[in-house]
Amino acid sequence: MTWIPPLLVAIPLLTAAVTAGLDHVTPRRLQDAIVVAASAATTALAFVLLWHAESREVVQWFGGWQPRHGVALGIDFAVGPLAAGMCAVIGLVVTLALVYSLTFLHEAARLYDALMLVALGAMCGFAMSGDLFNLFVWLELMAVAAYALTGFQVERLGPVQGAVNFAITNSLGGYLFAIGIALIYARTGSLNLAQIGDTLSHGPAGGLVIVAMTLLFCGFLIKGAIVPFHLWAADAYAVAPAPVCAVLGGVMTDIGLIGVSRLYWTVFDAPFGHGHAVGDVLLWLGMVTAVLAGTMAFLQRHLKRMLAYSVVCHIGIMLAGIGLLASSGLAGAELMFLAHALLTAGLFFVAGILHSDHGLIDELHLHGRARGCWAPAAAWFAATIGLIGAPYVGIYLGHGLIDEGATELGRPWVLALLWLGSALAGAALLRAGARIFLGWGEADDPLLGQALEEDPLERDVLRPLLVAVALAAVVLGVAISVVPGLGQRAEYAANRFQDRSGYAARVLRGHPFPATPSLPVTIRHTSVESLLYSGGATVLACALALVGLYRRRLPRFVMVAARRTLALPIHVLREVHSGVVGDYVAWVTVGTAFVGGVWALLLHG
Amino acid sequence: MSRQVRLLLLGSGLLGLGALFAWAIAGLPAFGDYQGPYGFVLNRIVLPLRHTTNVVMGTNFDVRGLDTMGEEFILYASVVGVTLLLRDETRTRLAERRTRRFRDDTVRLVGVAMVGAGLLIGLWLMAFGYITPGGGFQGGVVTAGAIVLLYLVGNHRDYRPFRNEHLLDPFEAVGAGGYVIVGLAALASGTAFLANLFGLGTPGMLRSSGSIAILNWASAIAVTVAMLLLFAEFLETYVVPLEPEDAGS
Amino acid sequence: MSYLPFAVAAWICLVGIAGIATSRNLIHLAICLTVTQSSSYVLLLSVGYVKHGKAPIFIGTKLGTTAVDPVVQALTLTDIVVSVVVIALILALALDAHRLSGTVDPDQITDIAG
Repeated sequence: MTWIPPLLVAIPLLTAAVTAGLDHVTPRRLQDAIVVAASAATTALAFVLLWHAESREVVQWFGGWQPRHGVALGIDFAVGPLAAGMCAVIGLVVTLALVYSLTFLHEAARLYDALMLVALGAMCGFAMSGDLFNLFVWLELMAVAAYALTGFQVERLGPVQGAVNFAITNSLGGYLFAIGIALIYARTGSLNLAQIGDTLSHGPAGGLVIVAMTLLFCGFLIKGAIVPFHLWAADAYAVAPAPVCAVLGGVMTDIGLIGVSRLYWTVFDAPFGHGHAVGDVLLWLGMVTAVLAGTMAFLQRHLKRMLAYSVVCHIGIMLAGIGLLASSGLAGAELMFLAHALLTAGLFFVAGILHSDHGLIDELHLHGRARGCWAPAAAWFAATIGLIGAPYVGIYLGHGLIDEGATELGRPWVLALLWLGSALAGAALLRAGARIFLGWGEADDPLLGQALEEDPLERDVLRPLLVAVALAAVVLGVAISVVPGLGQRAEYAANRFQDRSGYAARVLRGHPFPATPSLPVTIRHTSVESLLYSGGATVLACALALVGLYRRRLPRFVMVAARRTLALPIHVLREVHSGVVGDYVAWVTVGTAFVGGVWALLLHG
Repeated sequence: MSRQVRLLLLGSGLLGLGALFAWAIAGLPAFGDYQGPYGFVLNRIVLPLRHTTNVVMGTNFDVRGLDTMGEEFILYASVVGVTLLLRDETRTRLAERRTRRFRDDTVRLVGVAMVGAGLLIGLWLMAFGYITPGGGFQGGVVTAGAIVLLYLVGNHRDYRPFRNEHLLDPFEAVGAGGYVIVGLAALASGTAFLANLFGLGTPGMLRSSGSIAILNWASAIAVTVAMLLLFAEFLETYVVPLEPEDAGS
Repeated sequence: MSYLPFAVAAWICLVGIAGIATSRNLIHLAICLTVTQSSSYVLLLSVGYVKHGKAPIFIGTKLGTTAVDPVVQALTLTDIVVSVVVIALILALALDAHRLSGTVDPDQITDIAG
């Protein structure tokens, strides 16, 4: 089965080359079919790989360069069930987005398809790669495709601004990553993750390794839109076309977290794994991101920008799960990724439907306009409930596993903060849904800031197809928490992912795989606290949504007190999210220096 | 955020980053003191195993061939991306300028000599890339540069074939796609993806190194055409298409 | 002086970032990005240098002669392509920005914020 990993990369890339190259030769419908077929084939192969990877580690050494005497010479793809699962979900979301785009986008179709396929191949390559520089190459490849896709609607200034902010911030992250690679290479003389981990497990880990870790992780955290590196995300997702947002927000931002986990558990676990310092910083960054992004989501009126902050909020929760360093935390993050990718994609698809129906994407302008559109409304509300994590819906199982991890480590307050974050983001989405689909609430709200310029679309779309894709994504996402056996398999995959010495033995020395335990096929139970928090978060989200809708009917003293306490923080938050790339770069610098400084203090000596 | 706040943040961030860099540098082995096994092992085995005398290119196209494949596609994606971003139909164009051949004889003479020399050097770098210093990328960039120079010393008519996207697009696809196909061919024949398939020949001769030679040419074509396409895209935003007297030629 | 190349790389990186954050022109900003990235080239190539090492090209040189590390050179080659690509995209975006708003000052292009 080692022939599958290269195909997950080769098929999309080759199709992309052929598609754009044959632009003027083949008819449109044939090209569309080829593109969707390539994406679907990649997804199917990823699922086959997932099934095989459960019982072994699928390792492919490119060019036939096997390791000699324990020195890795070539580049390898080392695929366990976690990596294969990532590829499968990435393929699924991209396929859905491509089907959606068949009717949603009409111009420059060849170029768009080529870039989407390139992004798919790059993301799969990233998830599977076991080589540090190879990770960088795939990171840059998907980034280049993303920058161009973000600026797709070049007729307006907004997309140009979003693409510029995205390109500059993420490129800077890539360069910091490259410097980190150089530093690690100087120390270990190797680029293979397993071998670097082995080398670092002997000998002290001095300042060089700590700084290299900072740079490598910050490069990924910039991609993953974690505070304070997240500022580009809302600008970019507000202006990209809806199917592009589904891919960017659903899966590409999570790539940063896949990278962080991969690097930690193959390399930095060796020198720093005995303590919690590395994980704690990630945990705190994740929690701050969840709460801050949830708040920002509540302050938005532009639907896609609101969704962008919701994405960032959930990324924060996932990073917190990873930062717990326990296998339940990682498994929880994994399951959350599955549900979140599909649900977010579904929400972006619905936003696209609203945009094409009414030519508007602003919550207040759309007030009451979509009354009676029951299918998009059902998709929107179901996805929102799934993203809040109501009991056994959507992200609930993943979040529940993270809760378990936090409780095991004696950090029960983590649960409160993370559920608060998803409640805030969910409240924003519920409020928007109620306003648009039910016509509730007032028609104006100065809390939500100024309206952004609208781009009225006159599209000739096949609406049933768009609705079908949105519903498919939401139904799949919502069902993640109740798929029997998925929870246990996620935990098993996480356990394997965290086993650094086992990974190194299998990759470098070709040790055979120990027997796999047979896993039960039941719905995994979560703790009572998770159920309580989840119910509480759902109630809180509904309450906050109602407050958002009917703010003016609150008693006067409440309004005045709220204004006095909240006005300044909200103003500061809006000022910081200024849309100017120079500010973003300043924050990236401060953030990297801060994270590096904290790790220097905690890890040295 | 005001500029002062930004400068304050930036200054403190750069100070912190600088301190981290200094700390990291203190932990580096001294300049010239490269320790690690990777480079030494490759220097010793690439020539006997692959008959490639240029170990850097051997590394690029064989040992770390997957990275180079990704890089080909980065270039490809950028060409597609720039085309996407500059595609607006209702571009406002600068005032039409009558095109005329550059009149100064010295400039034209030197220019033509440079174009010729550049092309020769570029092709040599490409062809002998895996034997002597050089390679597909370097040769591709030099060749593309020489062709672009033609635009400077000639006029639009001379340059038109190199601006024709319909002509260049298939070559780009061949370059990038060809790389993947070589890899897939290896996979199909039972070995690993991108394994060296073809006969290894004698080191130091053009016929050596197996797949490396083919991948070298694929990337050379891809890079040359990508550079030309990028230049053509940018040129289109400034140049008005076909004056009446150009239309016939 | 044996740490000078590394210090140069660090300096280039910091200066480049300062340029990016304070730039008033997207084209200048693209060049600053290139400058920042070239710091990674300098660092990579310095890390791979072997004292008294020759180039890793073995035509006319006996196999086994001390040569510098070929891997970092291959990595730098890939890195350069990445930088070219990003600069091309940002220049294209600068052209679009100028067409739509008449300015290439990143501080002035604030259609979306908050």
